[in-house]
Amino acid sequence: MSDAPVQEAVVLDDVAVGYVDRPVLEHVDLTIEPGSLTAVVGPNGGGKSTLLKLIAGLIRPWSGSITVLGGRPGEHAGAIAYVPQAEAVDWGFPVAAIDVVMMGRYPRIGPLRRPAAADHRAVAAALEQVGMMELAQRQIGALSGGQRRRIFLARALASNPDLYLLDEPVTGVDNATQEDLMAVLDAEARAGKTVIATTHDLASAAQHFRSIVAINRTIIAQGDASLVLDADVLLRTYGGHLLYVGERAVVLDDAHHHDDAAGGEAHHHDDAAGSGRTRR
Amino acid sequence: MSFIQEPLAYEFFVRALEASILVGLVCAVVGTYMVLRGLAFMGDALSHSAFPGVVAAYLLKAPFYLGATIAAIGTALAIGYITRRGRLRSDTTIGVLFAGMFAFGIFLFSTIPHYVGDLFGFLFGQPLGISSSDLVALTILSVIVLGIVVVLWKELLYSTFDPLSAAAAGLPVVALEYLFLGLIGLTIVISLQAVGIILVVAMLVTPAATAQLLADRFSRMLAIAVAIGIVAPIIGLYVSFWTNTASGAVVVLVETATFLMALALGPRTGIFRRRRTTAE
Repeated sequence: MSDAPVQEAVVLDDVAVGYVDRPVLEHVDLTIEPGSLTAVVGPNGGGKSTLLKLIAGLIRPWSGSITVLGGRPGEHAGAIAYVPQAEAVDWGFPVAAIDVVMMGRYPRIGPLRRPAAADHRAVAAALEQVGMMELAQRQIGALSGGQRRRIFLARALASNPDLYLLDEPVTGVDNATQEDLMAVLDAEARAGKTVIATTHDLASAAQHFRSIVAINRTIIAQGDASLVLDADVLLRTYGGHLLYVGERAVVLDDAHHHDDAAGGEAHHHDDAAGSGRTRR
Repeated sequence: MSFIQEPLAYEFFVRALEASILVGLVCAVVGTYMVLRGLAFMGDALSHSAFPGVVAAYLLKAPFYLGATIAAIGTALAIGYITRRGRLRSDTTIGVLFAGMFAFGIFLFSTIPHYVGDLFGFLFGQPLGISSSDLVALTILSVIVLGIVVVLWKELLYSTFDPLSAAAAGLPVVALEYLFLGLIGLTIVISLQAVGIILVVAMLVTPAATAQLLADRFSRMLAIAVAIGIVAPIIGLYVSFWTNTASGAVVVLVETATFLMALALGPRTGIFRRRRTTAE
């Protein structure tokens, strides 16, 4: 992308999208600059993952226009690394951690050809960056939740992208992993790469990201990290899922998002909001 | 060692052996991806869908390969298309088309006034009836299927493990899915004479399933599946020859026995299993 003049990394103009006939996002206008480290926050079903998939070119908008790295979504796919939520992956799959990281190189290696020395170097460097060199030969499912997230970030790093799209990269992982992974992403952003990640964790968003996009079916607000301390923005983003304790707003939405929650997870938002809200 | 050499004096036995080894090899390779993609039921469906093609080819005095290929691949593409377009779960679509196509085959079969032993051969397998021209056709089709897998093994692996990330990185995941369905269809056509419509799913699924019990790397899983896929038909054909029993069934029983042994003795499921070590 270096030959192009300075341009926005991602531009969405009046975009609407949904599944079947149910709209998920409407009237989305969004501009994200290169080199930004952006957290997308919002309630479940608010369209965070959908926004990432739109930018990644995995789903097509119903209307509106999207420009990614100066082209159509998918046009510069080789410069994009997308990391799905942990729930989207079959962890029993017979691959070692190092094999998963090498997959990040597959699209550029191309059919028939085998990984070359440069590919092995890129994989080793990525494993080193996320601190997973020692466990590289383990089967992916034999790793802890945090280690799996490290490996998936390493796969993204190995593909050497200009744009990172990460769906809940640090959800449900221990603090050390969260600090390590965010330090890596921070360094990537400072090197001019664009990082966009969804997160449930508002504290983490405020602490680790430099800009915030709050969404709930449309863009509620966009700004710097202090945005998540703005009660008005929070109320409009999370609506009835906010619990006020004195001066502080607590989001009741996300306690159930952990690595192992898929399948057995239960949602009790309405009860919690109905009985627990003590609005000032 | 005459019990090994004596059957080799018969040309039909040697042809059956060559054909069965080839079928075992192709089924093991395609079956490994099929099992990892969760498409076991699809294999069963496509083999039954080939039946009307075989009968129609007989009625029209066309080569059975042609009829079976058109019917199996046509059904594979139809299942993929209807599932994508029709908001139905794929197992529902498969159930409908599989039964419908097989019923159509039985209907066509019942219009033939006289007994046709050949067609029963396609249902239950008749490797001893394979002619040398059949063997040539079978070899050509096997080379095509294996050649495609050799060229695209990385792309098929990535799109199987993590289709979202693979698509975002620029791999043509939907096209690969249709291509793979086509490969399953061709593999079934290759296998029809040797093992028959009803049992071919076992040749596809059982070696791969056995290998998955024993391996935690893709390359090892593939190697184990191929070893089983090649050795089982050899044992099966000899047992069938000396006991005068149905060869397709004996080959499948050998594979099933291998699976049960792996289940009983394997590192993860067996009675001697090691405690699984999880990091952190």
